[in-house]
Amino acid sequence: MTDDVILQVKDLKTYFKLDEGLLKAVDGVSFELRKGETLGIVGESGSGKSVTNLALMRLVPVPPGRIAGGEVLFNGKDILKMSDAEIREVRGNKISMIFQDPMTSLNPFLRVSTQLIETLVLHQGLDKKAAKEKAIEMLKLAGIPAPEKRIDQYPHQFSGGMRQRVMIAMALSCNPEILIADEPTTALDVTIQAQILELINELSERLGTAVILITHSLGVVAGMCDNICVMYAGRIVEKGNADEIFADPKHPYTQGLIKSVPRLDRENKQRLYSIPGQPPNVINLPDCCPFFPRCERAMDICKSKYPPVSAVGKGRSVACWLYGEGK
Amino acid sequence: MSRFIVRRLLSIIPTLFIVVTLSFFLIRLAPGGPFSREKKLPPEVLQNIMRKYHMDEPLLNQYFRYIGDVLRFDLGPSFRNKDHSVNELIGKAFPVSLHLGSMALAVALFLGLSVGVISALNQNKWPDYSAMSVAVLGISIPLFVIGPLLMLLFALRLKWLPTSGWISSRAGWATVILPTMTLMFPYFAYIARLSRGSIIEVVRSDYIRTARAKGLKESVVIWKHVLKGALLPVVTYLGPAFSGIVVGSVVVEQIFVVPGIGRIFVQSALNRDYTVIMGDVIVYSIILMGANFLVDVLYSMLDPRIAYK
Repeated sequence: MTDDVILQVKDLKTYFKLDEGLLKAVDGVSFELRKGETLGIVGESGSGKSVTNLALMRLVPVPPGRIAGGEVLFNGKDILKMSDAEIREVRGNKISMIFQDPMTSLNPFLRVSTQLIETLVLHQGLDKKAAKEKAIEMLKLAGIPAPEKRIDQYPHQFSGGMRQRVMIAMALSCNPEILIADEPTTALDVTIQAQILELINELSERLGTAVILITHSLGVVAGMCDNICVMYAGRIVEKGNADEIFADPKHPYTQGLIKSVPRLDRENKQRLYSIPGQPPNVINLPDCCPFFPRCERAMDICKSKYPPVSAVGKGRSVACWLYGEGK
Repeated sequence: MSRFIVRRLLSIIPTLFIVVTLSFFLIRLAPGGPFSREKKLPPEVLQNIMRKYHMDEPLLNQYFRYIGDVLRFDLGPSFRNKDHSVNELIGKAFPVSLHLGSMALAVALFLGLSVGVISALNQNKWPDYSAMSVAVLGISIPLFVIGPLLMLLFALRLKWLPTSGWISSRAGWATVILPTMTLMFPYFAYIARLSRGSIIEVVRSDYIRTARAKGLKESVVIWKHVLKGALLPVVTYLGPAFSGIVVGSVVVEQIFVVPGIGRIFVQSALNRDYTVIMGDVIVYSIILMGANFLVDVLYSMLDPRIAYK
């Protein structure tokens, strides 16, 4: 089982030094990704899910950001200790990314062909002609009609959904081992969202790519992911198999999240549940469970100490005083 | 695109017409005239001179006569330099100003962009702070202060360079250096600040993050992905800068005794040499409009999102 692990993140910490104080955007995150697996990272805005994944690729802007500690083992090698040349060999080649806003993620001044081809020339060592053929093939796979013609156009001639397809084609063109999709559908229409997710799902399965899907939508996760990490205030509060977590959420935050998903089988009159309060400001956060002010089951210990991670069932863990030794 | 070019070029004509008309009447509003002297001329002599230059006719007649001449590319005789036509005066002086201006702009562009890129990539570190301090000085100190200061230091104290003159003088090409450096300074400073600002903005943009996530080298990211977008504001600025630098050479030409169009402009304005002033105004307007036109064309080549119809 452990042989399959291609990415192992251990106690990853990423801090931002701001005028207001130290912002611990990611504070001790650990997870594993297996070959071909789809891992969902869920959390509200500001929970640190995007920064976690930027840190995996060492793309956090430094300064003000700083990867303060931890290890990111990719096939056994620590990405955080790689030289610049080594990390460039990984980026776009072994691990590639799709971003949230397709409208701004492509360079508006360069043709789509230029942007697709440069990755292929760089990592696959293809000449320009072969790279262009491969690029057209990828665009076709990504569902872009008339790719031979479209490839010479500029990004502004594509719609949002089409641009995200271009991003996907670009990200998968070097056949990476891991695809990190950072809220790939948030900026798109609902109808396009489903198509894009379906595309990511289909292509990653066909190419055997493992996917880290970052999202704030539990619906997206439920349909696609094998495993889930739920993040809150820079840490993972619950982790495990997707189906099990949906069936039996352990952490009060996860429970709240699942309760607040609108459901068709519920009676209409019922008011949709929402977790009370606001997510905490993670600047200068004291040592406590950051969720306690909003938690219905908060205890005294929650206010003074961050709960340890306890195993609950096979492959599942939760950081909450309600479980493990704290119970 | 070709339709756009034709339309833009045609639109220069009415603009130029308005500029010529306004200037023609505005100059006449200024007190005095080309033949006012401290020592009054006898009325008969003045009468004769006025008749020779058609200045005894009603103003409107003079205006139509002038427009007619201009349409035949004849800018008329100089009222003060009796042996020269305005065409001759400008024809001789303009290349000098153009030469000085182009050199100054080229140096300003090269230095400005280099400093801008270095500052942006070392944001809030010492190279950035020192470059931007120089830039602030460059923008805020007027040319007529920088010029004499440079002259004092390099020509009078160190004696490395001649104080004044132009290529045709005994000192030859060395004369070019001080006026060019003086003239380019504010433009260099502005281009440095402009390019620094826009590079910093573009470097933080999403598509640069994409470029980095592809594993491109930082140098490729900067040269291929950042600069094209970041240089657009600089290109926009080049139009006004080019005309400004040629026109702005008025002060520099005066300080360093460069025989350019700016010196003629100042002299003719003081002498109320109407035809020469008008000739200068026409040349300046054409430069300004031509430069702006070129920038528009250049812009559409740099930014694919802009298409002219």
